[in-house]
Amino acid sequence: MLIQAIAFYFFATIVVASAVMVVMARNPVHSVLWLILAFFNAAGLMVLLGAEFIAMLLVIVYVGAVAVLFLFVVMMLDIDFAAMRAGFSRNAPLGLLIAAILLAELLLGVGAYNAGGLTLGTPDGTAMQAADTSNIEALGALLYGRYIILFEIAGIILLVAMIGAIVLTFQPPKPGARARQDVGKQIRRRPEEATVMKSPEVGQGIEL
Amino acid sequence: MTAFFQSLGLPYEWAWTVATLAGILIVSLLVMFSVAMVIYVDRKVLGAIMLRRGPNVVGPFGLLQSFADGLKVFLQETIIPSAANKGIFLIAPIITFTVALAAWAVIPFDAGVVISDINVGLLYILAISSMGVYGVVMSGWASNSKYPFFSAMRASAQMISYEVSIGFVLVCVVLFAGTFNLSGIVNAQQGFGLGLINAYAVHPLLFPMWVVFFISALAETARAPFDLTEAESELVAGYQTEYSSMSFALFWLGEYANILLMCSLNTLLFWGGWLPPLDIPVLYMVPGIIWFLVKTFVFFFMFSWIWATVPRYRYDQLMRLGWKVFLPMSLLFVAATSGYLMAIGHFA
Repeated sequence: MLIQAIAFYFFATIVVASAVMVVMARNPVHSVLWLILAFFNAAGLMVLLGAEFIAMLLVIVYVGAVAVLFLFVVMMLDIDFAAMRAGFSRNAPLGLLIAAILLAELLLGVGAYNAGGLTLGTPDGTAMQAADTSNIEALGALLYGRYIILFEIAGIILLVAMIGAIVLTFQPPKPGARARQDVGKQIRRRPEEATVMKSPEVGQGIEL
Repeated sequence: MTAFFQSLGLPYEWAWTVATLAGILIVSLLVMFSVAMVIYVDRKVLGAIMLRRGPNVVGPFGLLQSFADGLKVFLQETIIPSAANKGIFLIAPIITFTVALAAWAVIPFDAGVVISDINVGLLYILAISSMGVYGVVMSGWASNSKYPFFSAMRASAQMISYEVSIGFVLVCVVLFAGTFNLSGIVNAQQGFGLGLINAYAVHPLLFPMWVVFFISALAETARAPFDLTEAESELVAGYQTEYSSMSFALFWLGEYANILLMCSLNTLLFWGGWLPPLDIPVLYMVPGIIWFLVKTFVFFFMFSWIWATVPRYRYDQLMRLGWKVFLPMSLLFVAATSGYLMAIGHFA
């Protein structure tokens, strides 16, 4: 138990400290890197809870893909922090409101937790899975059994969002623009079609 | 190993701690030693294909060349560009190196010879290898120089693209094996092909997936013909341009440790890991770790063979291959594999 306690306080301290640094860091790229550290240590907390599947997904999806793109965008943007700080007093009421809502949600969460855990159960609604089945099987049985409709709806919403993003950014080729690449044509091309052999006289130029 | 330390009279917790630390130390040292040796092999193979001799001066047959190089970079001065972002510049190679070593924690070298035999071993490897891109991106940005930055952008796009198809290939393997545990996947391959061959790659649904995995592994480790992140004709040396001495060596070691990891994953997922190629009792006389090392070495040889033979891809060709060829193909095979397994009653 001692090792678990040490590990918990280690991960938790780093999560909180790096979350603070996300806000405090002057350089936006540093902020994103602190955020990544926070994600990674949150995954450590998940492992301590025995949710190793969620922990791995957190690292694969958030650290491995989302945060890379995030870092990418922040590196490319030229953010002027002085200009952003200038609007502090104007945005302060909105910020306070959001903070108050988050605090209320947090209190609600603690209250709900104290009221007792949510009964999840199996697809046929009998009892909780035995503790020795692996995370992945337990999650799969719930997602594809009891919550199949919610799961499918979430999938369709994501699909719609994806198609929407493509439609918004798609630009039809302008008339007169360069023709599209035809990979087959590029591969079929032989040296004889692309090059010519010339042996000019000394002192003479060549016509091309 | 815990049992061994317990027999020395240590209580369980201490025996476990000492055994794990010893395991980590042994595996890291062996991986580093293998990296030094495969760098030598790489240069020798390249030399042989180009009709050169390769390294042949330091030690017998030049065997000590990598160690001499290591000693040399260790004694060199670390140069930090004055415009670089110092902290991130120094952390980046450490991340690459650490991540490359951390993935070895779940690789089984033989039945039961593994530091941590976790249920989600394959996902752990995916997670850790997706962290590898940070070393490149951070070094490219922190160098404050345009060629490393180009390289970092290329690397992040390339690694994310090929991770997607690698993920789907792994799903196919997991569907067959029914577990994410790497030892479990290897055991499921015993006698898989006609009750005789210990390999997943002989199955008509899994062989194309192995080919996709092998090519994606080349792209994921930024090996030729996909080494666009350090394309010397365009980007000097890519993200490593501003690095010197040990910080450069850490990138170098991490890169080769990643290549070895991909070779061993090929072995574990598709070619039966520590099991002998054929399910014949005589072949089990050879220790499993020998089979594992031989198979991994064969894949490494293929990596250097490809490096010496195939010209570099253009960047748009690389993206096209990842998104327009491998992604639809692996998606199709995930559907085909699960359909096939349902049809033959694999999950019943």
